[in-house]
Parts: sequence; structure tokens; C-alpha cells
Amino acid sequence: MFYREAGDFKVSYQEDSQTFPIKFDRIRYYAVMAFAFLVIPFFINDYWANAILLPFLIYSIAAIGLNILVGYCGQVSLGTGGFMAVGAYACYKLMTAFPEVSMFIHVLLAGGITALVCVAFGLPSLRIKGFYLAVATLAAQFFLVWLFNRVPWFYNYSASGQINAPERDVFGIIITGPNAPAWATYMFSLIFLTFCALVARNLTRGTVGRSWMAIRDMDIAAEIIGVNPLKAKLSAFGVSGFFIGISGALFFAVYLGAVEVGEAFGINKSFLVLFMVILGGLGSIFGSFAGAAFLVLLPVILKVVGVDVLGWPTDIVAHFQLVIVGALIIVFLIAEPHGMAQLWRVAKEKLRLWPFPH
Amino acid sequence: MKLKLTTLALGAAMAAGPAMADLVFPSLSYRTGPYAAGGIPFADGYADYFTLVNERDGGIGGVKARVIECETGYNTEKGVECYESTKGEGALIYQPLSTGITYQLIPKVTADGIPLHTMGYGRTSAANGKVFSNVFNYPANYWDGASGVINYLLEANDGDLNGKKISLLFHNSAYGKEPIRTLEELSKKHGFTLSTLPVDHPGQEQKSQWLQIRRDRPDFVIMWGWGVMNQVAIQEAANIRYPMENFIGVWWSGAEHDVMPAGEKADGYKAVTFHGVGRDFPVFDDIQTHVVDKGLAAGAGDQIGNVLYNRGMYAAMLAVEAAKTAQEIHGTADITPAMMRDGMEALEMPEARMSALGMPLFGPAFNVSCENHGGPGLVGMTQWDASAKEWTLISDFAQSDRDVIQPLIDEDSAAYAAENNIEQRCN
Repeated sequence: MFYREAGDFKVSYQEDSQTFPIKFDRIRYYAVMAFAFLVIPFFINDYWANAILLPFLIYSIAAIGLNILVGYCGQVSLGTGGFMAVGAYACYKLMTAFPEVSMFIHVLLAGGITALVCVAFGLPSLRIKGFYLAVATLAAQFFLVWLFNRVPWFYNYSASGQINAPERDVFGIIITGPNAPAWATYMFSLIFLTFCALVARNLTRGTVGRSWMAIRDMDIAAEIIGVNPLKAKLSAFGVSGFFIGISGALFFAVYLGAVEVGEAFGINKSFLVLFMVILGGLGSIFGSFAGAAFLVLLPVILKVVGVDVLGWPTDIVAHFQLVIVGALIIVFLIAEPHGMAQLWRVAKEKLRLWPFPH
Repeated sequence: MKLKLTTLALGAAMAAGPAMADLVFPSLSYRTGPYAAGGIPFADGYADYFTLVNERDGGIGGVKARVIECETGYNTEKGVECYESTKGEGALIYQPLSTGITYQLIPKVTADGIPLHTMGYGRTSAANGKVFSNVFNYPANYWDGASGVINYLLEANDGDLNGKKISLLFHNSAYGKEPIRTLEELSKKHGFTLSTLPVDHPGQEQKSQWLQIRRDRPDFVIMWGWGVMNQVAIQEAANIRYPMENFIGVWWSGAEHDVMPAGEKADGYKAVTFHGVGRDFPVFDDIQTHVVDKGLAAGAGDQIGNVLYNRGMYAAMLAVEAAKTAQEIHGTADITPAMMRDGMEALEMPEARMSALGMPLFGPAFNVSCENHGGPGLVGMTQWDASAKEWTLISDFAQSDRDVIQPLIDEDSAAYAAENNIEQRCN
């Protein structure tokens, strides 16, 4: 009834090719943006920022980055944790070397450095694909973690090998360190997420995205119709690395504040982000958000319900978390192999015909 | 998603009901994951002592203590979540039992004005109270532990370690790397050669490290392990027939569950400690009557008297005594985290006080001051008796080599102060 193309007349090419062609979608999108930018910052407290919203925003960026590589370009990667570590350590080195420079620039530069590293580790993808590429990126994961543990220069020769985020600001507002207000860290991450999501959405709708998808669907056919696999694959690695680097930098500097590479950026992190992408939906920006929300929020909700509301022992709740999250993953993969994004797509199709489905 | 968030908010609001006139002691425990074997007894001991104080004495200065347990799984992200969710309840003190989480919490607690007590773990240079206002690591720290091991070896070798080979087998994390600097300094001072062997998390795979040890034949092996790494290391040492009496662990590598799997072969394994072991203290009778017999014991109730149970109980005891000191200083029973911090800084633990609590000679006597948040650093040595299945204290609590440690503490804390623009206190 209200969710349909009919009656929404486009009079220019720009209007015709906009991101949300349906009016209801546009309004919903603006409403969510307004809520995120204008309402949440006034009500946020430390708990909401540090336990729920920051991890959600940061994992969303990582999931978008990995989705570009795996979902859009079809290159399986298990190196996400290692690439996030590159972003974190690059950000740390920049923060300590140039304290007077704005955090925005540090985070963007950290993303750029990660993009270069990611492209370097993406080179084997020109020769190998599928499981073999997964093994090559797994090597990147272990190599990078080992490197940051082994070479003291990366952690400024501190006794424990930990890196700690010193206090840095943007236009006088403290963003990192313990004195940063909750709304500032939230806004900082939100701006990066919005930027990444917009860039990713528009890249995937344009020429670059189409060449990625051509490579994903059948690389030989893509090559025959004139897609350069070198350019397509390496650009996917580069863009993906840029986003993952940003998420790693934010993860360290804004969210945790202190990081130990083996613990924070281990192989578990790679799998976690990959699960987000698979559960949310391969090849979908919305899916990245849905996957990140699912895997960040569900454990917290289960904990709140189990420990605080029902008063169960903490260890039983922790075990239940594993069981329930695991079971839900299996259920989702069986019921909807294309992820939560597909559920959303089906819902939209239904909504178009509602209330007269025939 | 918005709906989910609102329901969550409602749930959190309902859960955080009125909590007036309680002294809140959060316990960031881990009863799951690869480090649970160490986390469970510590958390049980911590909780049981507060139960004992509530049941026997009616609370601390008449105010009941409330322990909020939050599962971290030794994971820093969950640790942050636990910290944020409990600090609003008026948490008086944090004891995360994880060096990784400690590093994360040091700046946060300092900003929030809540004290952090990292007993025998965490950031060693936090012993310098001039820089770390809200962090305490009395009665002993990692570097005391490292020095304690070397002092013990010196004594056993007639004061001469010249030309000896010592290997450090360590958990490849912030925790395991802590003692390296001290051991390097000590190796220069005493002329032994030090080689370091990192073991990656979680530590189940140590074949190559023990092959290295078998090839190098070091005179002594020191271990900085935690969780499943300890059992595997002791088993591997037994497999290559490394003499157990030359194998010494830090206090996190010396509990019953670490040596039990190797059975008889673990006999003679040693570990340093900073508190008493065993059940031979009057306080355990009180725990039996007031906690266990009433069915109030935490967890499964099967850990009482274990090394790490005792350590958790000791940590709780020091927290209770600091709270009492704070109540005396400020003349109110309902103390705030800032008052608790003052209480910790003024804490005095003479032998008479411990005896009165039913823990005679349980730990070293010490005083905390504004400058020194680390206590005196008295370290003892324990040894495992596999036939009797018990740890015994085989030395007195002896002074660590503060001539080596103090400059290192000053250097590291000065670096932290410079990095974070902290002005020195206590002047």
C-alpha cells in the first residue's frame, strides 16, 4: 500500500539511480540516521557506549570490509583479525609519533596502511582461489600476529608488549583514553561507519562493484568479457583492507584502549567477523549490519536475561550463551542460507504486494 | 534492532534495582574457557570470604557486603562489558585476575575514581603510588616473584649462579613477558645466562619448547604460565625426565590442578608464593561452620583449601580490611570508592591483625603507603608432595632484590607518567 514504486515519479537520471528508489525506504533511512545522530548521543551513557554500541558500530565496519572481499568479490579471507591488528598498530604508531595530528587523519591513514598490507597479501589470489586462498590468508593472520608480538618497535618497546591508547582529540574533544565522553566516542565511530557504508554501497552499485561481482560469479567468463582480474581482485583487497583497518584502529583506540595482539586479534576474531558476514548475508551491506548486531547483541542480551533477570550462576549462563548462539547459527543457516539480508528482502517483496497479495 | 535495544534497556533498568546500604564488591571471574581451572577456585575463595564476613560478623562495620559476579572468560572485551555494567552499582574495588583486563582498566578506574587491586599480577610498575593513584598490587608483584626465584636459587647454590643456564618458559602475552626485564637485569648481576621460550595461547602445544630445553639442558627452568599451559608443561617436563626440583613456577603456576595430571612424576615441582598454603588455619573452621554447613559455599564447594582458593580468600580479606580502615578514617560505615581508595592506601597488616582474623602467618606483614602501593615484596617457596597430594611451604617469606626492582619500577612508571601527562603525587 505505502511500500511501492507506483506513484513515485522520477524526473531525472539522478533520481532514477538513487540508493533507495522507494519513498518509504528513503524516509526510513533518514529516520534511522536522525535517530542515530541526533537522539542517541543525548541519552548515551558509558555502559551503552562501551558494552553495546561501540562494538556494534566497529564490528559493522569490519563486516562491511570483509563482505566486500568475500560477499562481493568471492575471495575467501581468514585474515581479518590480522588485518585489524595492522590497523590498530598503525594507528598506535601514528598516535604516538604525531600527537598533535587529529584522530580522524590517524584512523584514515591506519586504514590506508592496512589497505596496502591487504593488497600485498591479496597477490596470491591471482593464482589460487577457494580453499587454497583461505589457507593463504590464514597464513597472513598468523604471520601478522607473530610479527606484532615479535618486533618490539611496533609496541614502542614497552615491557609487556601491550599497546595503550594515549589521550587524543578531534577539535578539542577527547576521543581516546579514559576521559573521553561516551557520546564523543560514539559519534566518532558512527561517522566512520556512515562514511564506510556510503562508500561501500556506492562502490558496489558502480563499475567497480560490477566487476567484483563478475569475478565472483565466474572469473573466466568475466575475463572474457573484459574484466581485468588483477585490477578487480586487488581493488577488492584494497578497499576491504581499508575498511578493516579503520575498524581495527577504532577497536583499539576508541573501544578497548589497550590491546594485546594475540588475545584481541587472534584467529577467533577472523572467524567472528566471517560469521557476521555469513549470518548477515553475503553480498549485502544491510547484511553486515544485521550480522554484527546479531553477534554483538545476542550474548549481551542472554547475559542480562540469564544473570540479572533470572539470577542464574554466571558460568551456566556463559555455557548457555555458547549453546544458544551456536544453535541459532545452525538454525539460521538451515532456514535461510542467504542470511538475514534475505529475510529482509523477502519481507520487502511481501510488503510491496500487501495487503492484496494476488 | 531498535526494539531489541529498548527491551534490553528495560531489562537493565529492572535489574539495577535499589541497592542502598550495601558494600558492593564485583568479582570479574572466569568459570569458563581455557583458564577456568584457575579462575574457579579464586572466584570461590573470593565469594566465600565475603559470605563468611556477612554471616559471622554481620557485614563490614555493620554493612553487608554484596558480591556481583560477572563472567569474563579471561576475555578483555567481556571484561570491559563487566566493568561498565557493574561500576554503576557503586563498586568499591575491582580485582579482575587477568593482566590483559588490568591494563585496560588502569586508565578507566583512575578516571572513574575506583581502586583496582591486582594482587601478584597486572602492571608491576603500578607499585609506584606516585604515578598510579588508584592501582594497588600489594603484597607482591611479578618482579618480586622473579627475584624471589633467583634468590632461592642463589641460596641453594651457595650464593653463586655464575655460568648457570636458566630458561624462562612463558605465556606469550603481556602477563608472561612481565618478568623478562627483571630476569635480564638479574642475569647481568649474577652472571647466569637467560634464554626465553614463549608459548602461545592457550599453551597446549609445547613440544618444540621442551625439545629446546632437552637440547640446551638448562640448570633451571622458570615458568610463567597460566591455565592449561601449566599442566602441559609439567607433563612435558616429566616426559623428558627433567628433574622436577629444578623446575620452578611463578605463583600462577603452582596449584593442585596444575600438578595433579602428571601424577607421581610431578613430585618435587616448586612454585613461589606470597601467602600460606593448605587448610591449617583457624579461618577454615569458620568457613566450615558459617559458609559450608549453611549451604552457602560458592560454586561446587569442592575447592576449599586449594592454593588458588586461599589466594582468592586472601584477596577478599585484604579488601575487607581495607574497607574497615576506610570506615575508620572517614567515620562512616557506608563508604564510597574514593574512601575505599584511602583505606587501601592506609592499610596496615601486622601479624597480630592476621592472627585475630584466624589467618596467623598466612601472608607477610606489610604496610601500604602513598608512595608504595606494592608492599614489601616478601616471597616464599612451596613444593609439591605428590604422595601426600599437598603443597608445603619450604622457606620463609624472604625479601626480593629491591635494588634491582625499584629502578625498573621507577623507569617504567615514569614512562607511563610521561605518556599520559600524569603529575607525581605524594610530595
